[in-house]
Amino acid sequence: MSERTLAAAPSRRWALPPLARLRGMALRWTSPLVLLALWEIIGRLGLVRPFLLPPLESVVARLGEDIADGALLNNAAITLYHALAGFVLSVAIGVPLGLLIARRRAFRWFCEPVVSVGFPMPKIAFLPIFMLWFGVFDLSKIVMVTFSTVFTVIAAADAGARGVETRLVWSAQSLGARSLAVFWEVALPASMPQILTGLQVALPQSMIIAVGAEMLMGGAGLGGAMMQAGSYADAVGVYAGIVETAAVGMIAVVLMARLRAWLLRWHAEFNPR
Amino acid sequence: MRTFVRYAPLLILAVLWEAVTRLGLVSVQLLPPLSTVLASFASLVSDGSLLGNGAQSMLRAVAGLGAAIIVGFILGAGMALRPRFEATVGPLVELFYPLPKSALIPLVMVWFGLGDMAKGFLIFLGCLLPVVLGTYNGLRGVDHVLVWSAQSLGASRRAVLREVLLPAAMPQILTGLRTAVAFAFLLMVASELIIANNGLGFLIGELGDNGAYPPMFAVILTVSALGFFADRGFVLLSDRLLRWRE
Repeated sequence: MSERTLAAAPSRRWALPPLARLRGMALRWTSPLVLLALWEIIGRLGLVRPFLLPPLESVVARLGEDIADGALLNNAAITLYHALAGFVLSVAIGVPLGLLIARRRAFRWFCEPVVSVGFPMPKIAFLPIFMLWFGVFDLSKIVMVTFSTVFTVIAAADAGARGVETRLVWSAQSLGARSLAVFWEVALPASMPQILTGLQVALPQSMIIAVGAEMLMGGAGLGGAMMQAGSYADAVGVYAGIVETAAVGMIAVVLMARLRAWLLRWHAEFNPR
Repeated sequence: MRTFVRYAPLLILAVLWEAVTRLGLVSVQLLPPLSTVLASFASLVSDGSLLGNGAQSMLRAVAGLGAAIIVGFILGAGMALRPRFEATVGPLVELFYPLPKSALIPLVMVWFGLGDMAKGFLIFLGCLLPVVLGTYNGLRGVDHVLVWSAQSLGASRRAVLREVLLPAAMPQILTGLRTAVAFAFLLMVASELIIANNGLGFLIGELGDNGAYPPMFAVILTVSALGFFADRGFVLLSDRLLRWRE
């Protein structure tokens, strides 16, 4: 039901006549633009100390500088490296483990309580332990990201594999598919939507943790740069950093949604009747 | 007994932890034995530092989360029920959604300094979006037939909201709240590790800086246990609230 309404939405939007689409877009951009205008006006009138809310133009100027001297590219690349390396590791560990938990009783007996404890834990608290074990450079940040996201991935893969309709498996078996073929051709694709939903939660988590770990440990990356700006009372730098981090986060979220659409191009979700 | 069997694997892990450190397979500097950690837990409890810092942390988390739940519910319900309101607030929510919440830590530092206000506000901001989205999606997803039936039976707007919309949206709202609880713990610990002079995160950082690893492990385990039990408690509470469903 909800899948069908979700899938039907894009086709209806594209069916709108261009004028109505333009109006819809204008409506969407009104309040962000009003907010920006308000920011500029408050800055111009000096209603708020510039330290608390630096003028919009100085933040934009700083963004331009960061782009021009390559600082943005450099920091964004480092943050993405921490977040994505940790994320990929967590997918590589979490998806197979989640599938095994769903399929093999021994795994389920051992891992389920561990996951149920690990899932809601505030895992960032383990950061000092990882610093102790792996130092303060890239490795501990990547391990921190993996540890923080892997439980989400395991839970999604487990739930996805357990939700596969037995009818589908039976049909494949009655047609003579062997267990490996059933796994690759039926069980894995059928659990794919839920696994991807889990990954869509885990990727923003990776960004949160990567930025947070960089703030805590210092060093390069968007988080480190913002923390430095914050401790030098460089408000413009903090605001520019937030815009940059948000942009990188947005790119990651959009790419993940694209990946979902591509991997599930065969699925009803993207093939409205 | 059943819980014991269910959580036996955790006991095995605990025994394993004690064994590898006692047998010298892992340096005691890197991983203090569990028994040592438990002993320092006891001394942290008896000298009151765990309780005092824990109360500070919990106060921040509860204040930020409580404010986020109230404001988030109002925003989410407004967006779901008033198209005008959605056109105004919706794009802003969409804009802030992908922002990694930890990026707000330096901002609240600039606004509120290093005190309680900074951390409370950070937790509020971080928890706000999951509550807004849970409420919005929950109310939007309510089957129209339910609303029409209630209206045709003569229910007022208010009665429809209270008797039909809210109960039907409750599962999604509670899912949003559960995410918010997890975020509250994450942001509490992260912000206290970075900027604080008390609280559990601060205690972890300070003990680590002094090389007092057994008590550091003890506080980390305490924070993890708090997060776990908060989530468990929340799940129990939502099961109670959703008891009327099949």
